[in-house]
Amino acid sequence: MTDTRDADIPIRRKVQEKTKAADRGGPAQPLVIARDLKCHFPVRKGVFNRKATAVRAVDGVSFTVEKGETLGIVGESGCGKSTTARLLVGLTGLNAGDLIFDGDRLGEDLSLKELWDGVQMVFQDSYASLNPRLTIEETIAFGPKMRGVASGAARRLSHELLERVGLAPGRFAGRYPHELSGGQRQRVNIARSLAMKPRLVILDEAVSALDKSVEAQVLNLLKELKDEFGLTFVFISHDLNVVRYISDRIMVMYLGEVVEIGPVGSVWDKRAHPYTAALFAAMPSMDPDNRTEVPPLLGDPPNPIDPPSGCRFHTRCPFAESVCSAAKPKIVAVDGAQGHEAACHMLDPVSGHSKSAGGAHLEAAE
Amino acid sequence: MSTTIDTKTVKANPRPAAEEAPAKSKGYWHGVGARLIRDPVSMICAGLLALLLGAVVFAPLLPLADPFTGSMVSRLKPIGTEGHILGTDELGRDMFARLIYGGRLTLMLGLLPVAFAFAIGTCLGVLAGYVGGWLNTAIMRTVDVFFAFPSILLAIAISGALGAGIVNSLVSLTIVFIPPITRVAESVTASVRSLEYVDAARISGAHPLTVVRVHVLGNVMSPIFVYATSLTSVSMILAAGLSFLGLGVKPPEPEWGLMLNTLRTAIYIDPVLAALPGAMIFLTSLCLNLLSDGLRSAMNIKD
Amino acid sequence: MLAYTLQRLLYVIPVAFGVSVICFMLVHIAPGDPLTAVMPIDATAEQQAAMRAEYGFDRPLPVQFAIWLTNALQGDLGASIATGRPVASEVSRAVGNTLILAFTASLIGFPLGIFFGFVAGIFKDTLIDRAVTAFAITGVSVPNYWLGIVLVVIFSVTLGWLPSMGAGPGGSTNWAWDYEHLRFIILPAVTLAVVPMGIVTRTVRALVGDILSQDFIGALKAKGLSRFGVLRHVVRNVTPTTLSVVGLQLGYLLGGSILIETVFNWPGTGFLLSNAIFQRDLPLLQGTILVLALFFVFANLIVDLLQPLVDPRIKRG
Repeated sequence: MTDTRDADIPIRRKVQEKTKAADRGGPAQPLVIARDLKCHFPVRKGVFNRKATAVRAVDGVSFTVEKGETLGIVGESGCGKSTTARLLVGLTGLNAGDLIFDGDRLGEDLSLKELWDGVQMVFQDSYASLNPRLTIEETIAFGPKMRGVASGAARRLSHELLERVGLAPGRFAGRYPHELSGGQRQRVNIARSLAMKPRLVILDEAVSALDKSVEAQVLNLLKELKDEFGLTFVFISHDLNVVRYISDRIMVMYLGEVVEIGPVGSVWDKRAHPYTAALFAAMPSMDPDNRTEVPPLLGDPPNPIDPPSGCRFHTRCPFAESVCSAAKPKIVAVDGAQGHEAACHMLDPVSGHSKSAGGAHLEAAE
Repeated sequence: MSTTIDTKTVKANPRPAAEEAPAKSKGYWHGVGARLIRDPVSMICAGLLALLLGAVVFAPLLPLADPFTGSMVSRLKPIGTEGHILGTDELGRDMFARLIYGGRLTLMLGLLPVAFAFAIGTCLGVLAGYVGGWLNTAIMRTVDVFFAFPSILLAIAISGALGAGIVNSLVSLTIVFIPPITRVAESVTASVRSLEYVDAARISGAHPLTVVRVHVLGNVMSPIFVYATSLTSVSMILAAGLSFLGLGVKPPEPEWGLMLNTLRTAIYIDPVLAALPGAMIFLTSLCLNLLSDGLRSAMNIKD
Repeated sequence: MLAYTLQRLLYVIPVAFGVSVICFMLVHIAPGDPLTAVMPIDATAEQQAAMRAEYGFDRPLPVQFAIWLTNALQGDLGASIATGRPVASEVSRAVGNTLILAFTASLIGFPLGIFFGFVAGIFKDTLIDRAVTAFAITGVSVPNYWLGIVLVVIFSVTLGWLPSMGAGPGGSTNWAWDYEHLRFIILPAVTLAVVPMGIVTRTVRALVGDILSQDFIGALKAKGLSRFGVLRHVVRNVTPTTLSVVGLQLGYLLGGSILIETVFNWPGTGFLLSNAIFQRDLPLLQGTILVLALFFVFANLIVDLLQPLVDPRIKRG
């Protein structure tokens, strides 16, 4: 009650002070540059438990995240999107590749602890992501306290953030996670990540487990918070509509690789990669006239321990030709859209695929 | 051994049943306590154990006969003899006093090893489960070797090598109970470690020890504790068994297992009297087991 | 499945090695000189040193272990300090009697435990269940050395139906499966069987109750499967865990027999051990423990090798 000076400053300014000070690369420097990220999990097999082989969860993924944008990552379960998320926060170790956060390379210029000053994560499972033995207030205040914030100030911060995410501190601060609904828990999860004053927030299926109505509320809250706190989001979901709603750009992953990346509108309209097309076609439509035209995906994705040669999608692709199993497609620009790229032989004029620009010429010449 | 189902089925309980949201927030233990109090069997057992523990702790203050002085003329007096409510033993010492004083040693020898093993095994298991890697392999493979011994055999082996005595008995029983507790602690910790709130705590930049203290220990202690309580009755039976074999407490100290042994010759004269110390072991162990079962169901741990 | 079998077989080697390390160390954690018991009190320093050298106690520990292990692998477990006879022959004479007792107890304890567990699980939360549960927890809580004494008081001292001591008429130590000898095994075997029976009952009851409450059982019943048919599904789901618990309890039967054999003067390893303890005969203690622990290791190995036969998940895994 006595300390009104601190409480008078709007919470967003307090967060932004730190954010501004930490912006070192300038607006042109991407917040994250991920270069050829690889993460393989060993699989022990045989009589002697040798490291026989590995699950290639993330296998050579490159992308950037610009400051202030929302990058949506989509793909089937098992495609490596959650592993990518964990790589971005350093919860899972990289086997190869570089992670550059605002110009600082992780492991060289930047320690994990320093990375965590700038990157936080909102987890999927709202049960498992909150410690059942701590009250909501204790959960949110834990991070700031670990950074040396006095416990009184950390407590005030947690109350302010609870207020901001729409949970009255007087009613909720002292509660335990099991006394909250799923949507409320996910709001607490968001407040906890904000308490660390991050610049980048990774949202790993953060709204997937919620009811549709609650999901919409939380999504709108996220949009507001992003503007208010000047955040950058990486938003991972299997729900394409949600990703379209919140993202500026969208990245499609298949079996540990990026197959297509670009501005959300362009990807949505062009669906340049046959996997993207199939994924979008599998979406239920509200319009009976809008029937599925592209054949939907058949079967399960192949085993990531032993991924198919060449283009990994060729085993399920309706346009697969011999070149698809022989050579790995290069990432090429999708024409007519800036920053829209995809990895498909059909888009590469020199690949030799009959449907590629070069192949089409051949066909025309015949 | 991959066959130790009894330790592997103990699981962390990260999701306490979502009940009707109470008006005021209550901690986890509050609900457990409330459920336990509603269970009459557990309450009766807890009452009996409390009574026994009280009698045992405050034995010197109670109006009891001296448990060490006997009289050759009043040997093996039956139960109900005037002055000796539970009769006298083979050296004419007051049975009631000896049973109370004997409970001191038996309970101490039964409960302390589990307490020590709980402390040591939890540390080892949490370390193995949280750190993982080669440390996990080193700790858990060592535990496996100790598991290759049936518990009684291990207790007798170590006690037999160290020789009789209270301290040796404590040491050997502690060693017997460290491996099972470590195994439970490791499996529970490994499952808690994979939960997202531990990840969230890690990315707060907190020191690993702080993460373990605040976010892991609090959530693994209760299943480990419940498992440890289920070992107390075994421990007490083993402790008395060691004394029964002549490996624990030495005469003339009163101890239930040792009393059972020295009274064995009296089964032809007064079988009920001779069976009394064993009956005490049995009743105490029954109460410990029933209370542990009650605790287990109050905490929603399935077996 | 072949990989599983091989893996399980190879796994025995490090465990058996670890067990032998522990057994070897038993002599060395013992306070004082392991030769005190046989050393003459007035032995001179030279005589003591000579004796130590004779038993090999003057070498460094790893060397002693290597020698001891090599000998043990060849069936030489050293000589008993008290009797001077080879430990291996003493143990091999006793271990047969222990196995007979453990085998008889397992014939009593396991089938009864499984039966009671099934009955209680099927009739969960009825009077039958409560009676069985009470019986089982009593069995688990009873100190069996005391139960042995109580049974002797009732059936030998009071009723005079059964003998209370030994393994055969006239102190016979040569076992035979005839009426005269079987009379002697009833009390110790029943006593030994009570705790494993209680544990198996509790395990099976929990398993059966758990499986009966699962959705797929409801689906089977809705499909019109007979009660017997449903029970068949329950049995198949309960068997793997039950087998594991039975394997663990085999160890209890081997270990628990030590106290029981003392109570009933049964001429097995337990009896041998209690003699070794009284005379501080450490080589005898060491050898007996080693043999019993290895029996337990191999009993568990056999149970694990049987697992794929009852658990299709291992076969495919």
